[in-house]
Amino acid sequence: MITAGVDLGTQSVKVVILKDGSVVGRGKAFSGFDPAKAAEQAMDEALMTANLSLSDLSHVTATGASMALAPKADSTVSMMGADAKAGIFLFPKARTIIDIGAEEARAVKCDDRGVMVEFVVNERCAAGAGAFIEAMARALEVKLEEMGPLSLKAERASPINASCVIFGESDVVTLIHRQESKPEIARAVFDAMADRISSMVHRLGVNPDVVLLGGVAKDVGFVASLKRKLGIDILIPEFPEFAGALGAALTAASKAERSQK
Amino acid sequence: MSDVAQKEDVEYWRWQEYHRVFSNKKWKNKDIITAGVDVGSVGSKAAIMIDGEVYSWGVMRTGSNSPESAKKALDWAMEGTGLRLNDLKYIVGTGYGRVNVPMANKAITEIACHAKGANYIWGPSVRTVLDVGGQDIKAIRCDETGRVTSFLMNDKCAAGTGRGMEVFADLLKIPIEDIGKVSLSVEEEPPPVSCTCVAFAKTEAVGLLRKGWSKEKVLAAYTRAMAVRMSNLISRVGLEREFVITGGQSKNIGIVTRIETILGVKCLPTPNWRENGLDPMVAGAIGAALFAKALYEKEQKQ
Repeated sequence: MITAGVDLGTQSVKVVILKDGSVVGRGKAFSGFDPAKAAEQAMDEALMTANLSLSDLSHVTATGASMALAPKADSTVSMMGADAKAGIFLFPKARTIIDIGAEEARAVKCDDRGVMVEFVVNERCAAGAGAFIEAMARALEVKLEEMGPLSLKAERASPINASCVIFGESDVVTLIHRQESKPEIARAVFDAMADRISSMVHRLGVNPDVVLLGGVAKDVGFVASLKRKLGIDILIPEFPEFAGALGAALTAASKAERSQK
Repeated sequence: MSDVAQKEDVEYWRWQEYHRVFSNKKWKNKDIITAGVDVGSVGSKAAIMIDGEVYSWGVMRTGSNSPESAKKALDWAMEGTGLRLNDLKYIVGTGYGRVNVPMANKAITEIACHAKGANYIWGPSVRTVLDVGGQDIKAIRCDETGRVTSFLMNDKCAAGTGRGMEVFADLLKIPIEDIGKVSLSVEEEPPPVSCTCVAFAKTEAVGLLRKGWSKEKVLAAYTRAMAVRMSNLISRVGLEREFVITGGQSKNIGIVTRIETILGVKCLPTPNWRENGLDPMVAGAIGAALFAKALYEKEQKQ
């Protein structure tokens, strides 16, 4: 059986094609101002890598902030639901699943059967999401992908205001004026954000295994800070930014199976 | 083309720095000349008082160096008065950078200073003060002497602060001094924006503009959301009349009018500060200068 999951995020759309329980294709496109068009592009790319066509798909499930705009979706699944599905699929022992995207962060608590029991969300504030790191990288005049490796060179962190992107920016500028080193400022940015995420996760309780999903999971600097803060190892899949789409594709598979019966 | 490029260079957030001297009163050496220096995150204000009456003040943007900004603001307040640092009997530093006012004899929190300053500007009937600064919002309750009885503040989020407004002025390319008036120029008040985060507002505003909203309408929706936030803070501290607004946003008519509508209470009108020196933006520095006078008198008695 072949299904697809489409994750229409605020920054990019991700598509995963699933064939009998394994991923056979992935596609990604920037959301821009037309998420529906981006979804088509990402779908085309995923189908091409899988060497399949749209008619091969028995079910398509959409998720993400703009899921309502998904073209040709048969169903939708909540972002928390997709996180739980993907987290358990990738790491069966996962009990705490954290997903950090460009503009939102979520933590999902699963029981022993891998069923979601509770979740917390940070939305409406950029300070607890990928947008925070992006803005700080801009203020520091460092490429986003260089922030992580740079921060790992720091021996200590300079304190910055982590509660607001706008104030964080001015703090970074002040530190630059004070001639603090860039690695130390970068480390401060990740420590600050890890603080916020950690307090969000603590509202659910930190139950191992802890899994980190979403684009921000690719940032080695943030991961190092979060591990330090939580004092626990964190599991990260190979393609963390595609986890939402994977969760949707898994949902699509169960729906297709059910309708076949 | 060059015209467009030039327009891109305009810094819409940049507000006018200013200073005033009310020299109808001449200072003499035996006068109690005191100063208050309020180093905020965005603006630095210095006020000089003679025997507890406003004599001069200067308002300028805070640079990256707080001690330097404090000195500059005070120098500006003294400009054209013949006063020198030595003539000032007592100086109180206040504001976010109050520990970085090198010439100050003492530092006092801006909460106490704003309440004191509001009491001086509007008189003893003031009971609730909303101080909207560059990086925080404070709702303060005080008694008839200007003493603080309770307060609440929001210092974790740029939404509604002066800094947030600067970001918005830049984004919509409307000079900061005009945003209040422009926000009121809509025929019908749009619903407030759903998300008050200034970082996200950038994306949300661009989205609304693409949907065909006018700049004025976007600004009105954002200002409305900010006014709702501020009104909630005032309600939480408990609104008691008379009610006044201090800090830079006291000059944003779009904010002031909307807060009045939401709370159903009129603020005491802003005094004609260009004539009498009672500038609500300088309230913190005025309060600090009044504390300086009291502290100096106490010192003399000992």
